[in-house]
Amino acid sequence: MGEALLMYLKVILVGGSICTIAELIVIRTKITPARILVIFLMVGAILGGFGLYNYVVDWAGAGATLPIVGFGNSLANGAITAVKTDGFFGALSGGLIATSAGIAISIGLSYLVSFFVSSKTKKD
Amino acid sequence: MNNEERNEKYLEYVEQKSPKAGWFNSLFHAFVMGATICCLGQMFGDIIRSFYPVLDLLTVGAWSSIIIIVLTIFLTAFGCFDRLAKYGGAGTFIPISGFANSIASCAIEFKKEGLVFGVGSKMFYVAGPVLVNGVAYSLIVGVVYFIIGLF
Repeated sequence: MGEALLMYLKVILVGGSICTIAELIVIRTKITPARILVIFLMVGAILGGFGLYNYVVDWAGAGATLPIVGFGNSLANGAITAVKTDGFFGALSGGLIATSAGIAISIGLSYLVSFFVSSKTKKD
Repeated sequence: MNNEERNEKYLEYVEQKSPKAGWFNSLFHAFVMGATICCLGQMFGDIIRSFYPVLDLLTVGAWSSIIIIVLTIFLTAFGCFDRLAKYGGAGTFIPISGFANSIASCAIEFKKEGLVFGVGSKMFYVAGPVLVNGVAYSLIVGVVYFIIGLF
């Protein structure tokens, strides 16, 4: 029980800190959110490419995988593991295979939802 | 008065009028929202693992991301996500929920421009840069790793 509680504390610490850093960048500079997403993605891919981010994932679980940094990490990690098994073909396919489930559900479900929901234009 | 001068004056005016929320407050909100979303993800992962203990950590992590994505898209469809985003700031768009919300909200927003060039192309208005950069980085990492492996 105590171990599970400690795990959640780590999740809160890491996940919250990553978001706080992003918010700090939003406040202090004029960088738009889309750019910050790309910058954080790049940081994740670099850390993942050197295999450093996996230590954070082991330590903090979902606190490290759910932020976009974790997305970049799994892109890089997927490419590395696929190179080990499939050689050069793995270098091309690995990143997308590792993240395909999340991307597919985002696109597919959004497409489906857009059939049923229309944007509400405010009438005043 | 030329255009540039006018724009500058307008920006100054906006700066004066926009409410100063105090940056400590918004940092705190981002922390709370980010931590909450990550805790939800961890919780879903723990629940899945208690039912299927054979799954490896990568699959469990993917499943908890998928659940967060599905929840986000439904919240976006019902129009509740905007309020969360207004409260949480970076706390809502840095986790995977921001990625899902950007696709879903753009798909809904551009529905009236048609299925092909409306929904089909403009749903990636924000998510497109993320995907393009992500795929490019993974390609670079993969190719570099392959070349290093040759020696």
